[in-house]
Amino acid sequence: MPLLNIDYDHNRFRQIIKGKIKENLRKYISSGEMIGRKGKDLVSIPLPQVDIPRFRFGNNGNGGTGQGDGEPGQPLDGDDGEEGEGQAGNQPGYHLKEVELTLDELAEIIGEELELPNIQPRGKKQIISQKDKYTGIRRTGPESLRHFKRTFREALKRQVVSGQFDIDKPRVVPIRDDYRYRSWKTTAQPETNAVIIYMMDVSGSMWDEQKDIVRLETFWIDTWLRYQYKGIETRYIIHDAQAQEVDKETFFTVRESGGTVISTAYELCIKIMEADYPKDEWNIYGFHFSDGDNWSREDNAYCVDLLNTHMLPAMNLFGYGQVESTYGSGEFYDFLDRILSEDETLVLSHIPDKEGILESIKDFLGKGK
Amino acid sequence: MISQQTIIEEQPKIEEHARSFGLDFFPTVFELVDYDTMNQLAAYGGFPVRYPHWRFGMEYDQLAKGYRYGLQKIYEMVINTNPCYAYLMNVNSMVDQKLVMAHVFAHCDFFKNNYYFAQTNRKMIDEMANHATRVSRYIDKYGLETVESFIDTCLTLENLIDYHAPYIKRSSGRNGSSEDTSPKIKRLRSKKYMDKFINPPEFIDQQVKELEKNQSAQFTVPDSPERDILLFLIEYAPLADWQRDVLGIIREEAYYFAPQGMTKIMNEGWATYWHSTIMTQKVVGPDEVVDYAEHHSGTVANHPGRLNPYRLGVLLFKDIEERWNKGRFGKEYEECDDIKEKRNWDKKLGLGREKIFEVRKLYNDVNFLDTFLTEEFSREHKLFSFAYNKEKERYEIESRDFQMVKQRLLHSLTNVGQPIISVTNANHENRGELYLVHQYEGVELERQYAADTLHNLHSLWTRPVHVETLMEGNPVILTYDGEEFNQQIIPAA
Repeated sequence: MPLLNIDYDHNRFRQIIKGKIKENLRKYISSGEMIGRKGKDLVSIPLPQVDIPRFRFGNNGNGGTGQGDGEPGQPLDGDDGEEGEGQAGNQPGYHLKEVELTLDELAEIIGEELELPNIQPRGKKQIISQKDKYTGIRRTGPESLRHFKRTFREALKRQVVSGQFDIDKPRVVPIRDDYRYRSWKTTAQPETNAVIIYMMDVSGSMWDEQKDIVRLETFWIDTWLRYQYKGIETRYIIHDAQAQEVDKETFFTVRESGGTVISTAYELCIKIMEADYPKDEWNIYGFHFSDGDNWSREDNAYCVDLLNTHMLPAMNLFGYGQVESTYGSGEFYDFLDRILSEDETLVLSHIPDKEGILESIKDFLGKGK
Repeated sequence: MISQQTIIEEQPKIEEHARSFGLDFFPTVFELVDYDTMNQLAAYGGFPVRYPHWRFGMEYDQLAKGYRYGLQKIYEMVINTNPCYAYLMNVNSMVDQKLVMAHVFAHCDFFKNNYYFAQTNRKMIDEMANHATRVSRYIDKYGLETVESFIDTCLTLENLIDYHAPYIKRSSGRNGSSEDTSPKIKRLRSKKYMDKFINPPEFIDQQVKELEKNQSAQFTVPDSPERDILLFLIEYAPLADWQRDVLGIIREEAYYFAPQGMTKIMNEGWATYWHSTIMTQKVVGPDEVVDYAEHHSGTVANHPGRLNPYRLGVLLFKDIEERWNKGRFGKEYEECDDIKEKRNWDKKLGLGREKIFEVRKLYNDVNFLDTFLTEEFSREHKLFSFAYNKEKERYEIESRDFQMVKQRLLHSLTNVGQPIISVTNANHENRGELYLVHQYEGVELERQYAADTLHNLHSLWTRPVHVETLMEGNPVILTYDGEEFNQQIIPAA
């Protein structure tokens, strides 16, 4: 069996792509390229920069030979021209390289790049305990952690390969290269319960573009909070003049057209919290996205009342993101700002456009709550 | 799961069949490996020890992903060395293993006998390991990032070798040794406190300047356009010794792999021809025939629109065998106008086997297809050419005309599908600028890639670099001057 060193090269490759993603994080955050490519725990990210450039042929004048049926002028299978600008499906090497990251790795990158503090959960019960666990083997380490069995196994492997091993006189002598040591990882034990309740205004004034912004922002918030709390729960509420709880797909795709009564969403949120998430056992996060055009001043006052009495005291964080719409920015933001600027649990953020998402994420998550 | 023991028992049987047909190969060592080891080996091009570089990790990442999603599976890997090493996947069935062994023996026969492999280093495993040691030593000395980014730069230029000059005489001492051979200033031995007086700094400075001047005077125009740009850079670029050595390593490995690129269709066709011949005539029992058929049909499957090199190769070898068996070649046959007579032409010469052995010895993909691809074959197997449609931004079927098909096919194989670029002047405009010429054959260079490549070339050459080519139909010079990339149309003379 050959003795391969792939781990080294592979780790180096992972390190390089993480660096590249970090450099371009702003672009990735605002373009939303990653979201469509999200699997259960993996995201795949197109990274043209990892390709090694060479002199090579472009499209102009290019062609090749194929086999099968078809008339001249007919497009090749798998190349319908409309998607992928000028990308030739039949020329290997023209594809963007796609790399896969786990969501945790991605969250780590976001955390480092945006300098997000780790979240300090509330309450006594919700302590994330740190635990050292021996998880792997490496080539260097203190002698006290030397892995006897592995070391000898390596030595045996080497001797068998190099032909030094004599079956009649089985003597195995490890040399420096054979030494293996235990290595450990510090892991966070999930002992916390956390839930995120997303609320979105889907009234007529929220266009697709606004919803896109909300979708992108919730993706990143979700990624970060999932990294901080294992097994986090999520609930989704949409509202226009009425509120209802929906599933994730509906949350992002639905389009209502009514007016806007924000208090309906807050009432529903309180109902969900009281039913399922007692505040002394749960870390509760609420995020509400709207264009801020509420129905009436009375309702604004009622919302503030609900926030003060029911929501903020129970929550770790309540983020209100006001998305700028074609009708300009509503007054709900200013209303909250005036009355509640003292409360640390409430975070307000303006999101003028997709470029603003990054700053907004920082607003919301930069407090470590 | 098959044990190594079973393979050892089975090997001599297959080997004997292979030899009985006249295949002639190096001693072959089969190793059973699991899928993960197979992917690792494949990432390293089959060699257990390569120099450290992230792109091997990238290859592995992609192979592992492909395997995980069931998109691809490597059945076998064989490397061109003496003895020949071949890796078999341990989860394959016994029929698969036999087929793969027969396939491997034919590959080994091809490596040993094909003209284009005559110059390859058959001890490449050792050589690669030496390369690894040398590169590791440079990493220890100069730092990972420095060496790695230099290797990245070299890999950019990896395809700028002269594929058709396997007999290049390498300047001695340049590639092989890491010893410092560049001229140095002579210093007289002295005690430290006396050094200032025995080796006065002004004198040393003056000598350094003179040396630099002499060195720059050595940059001369290559007498004729040089396609081995890597060699040219090794000889003329202002590189440190370790850099020169690394560039030499990249070049040596590029030359080692080149013949495999030049004979892909033939090599795979040959191996497929023989595994099917050996298996069907000698090995497969009634209980194995279904498994065999399934695997074999997978190998030669025809994906709509695509050209499968295994299939094209094996079909052509079979076609050649039939033509030479029946005497369908030469002046008399070519000049025969009677379609009916031609169709039934059979002189019972029985020269087929002999001919294909000759072909596997003397040809590479380009002249193989140029010589043996016939209009009848093209028509029978529905070959077509396709081309890029600029307006519609897509690839479309272009034609079924034999000449067009052949031209496209040969173009895609010429120079291993790489643009032909040579260095013509190392002192362009008398300013020490490097001037390259792309030999335009109907397909333009990819602009962005050309720009990035020039950027990297500049970091080796350190003076502005140019490449003359065609863009959007106009003759242009692409330039990277150290600060920016630009494109200038060459005015018509």
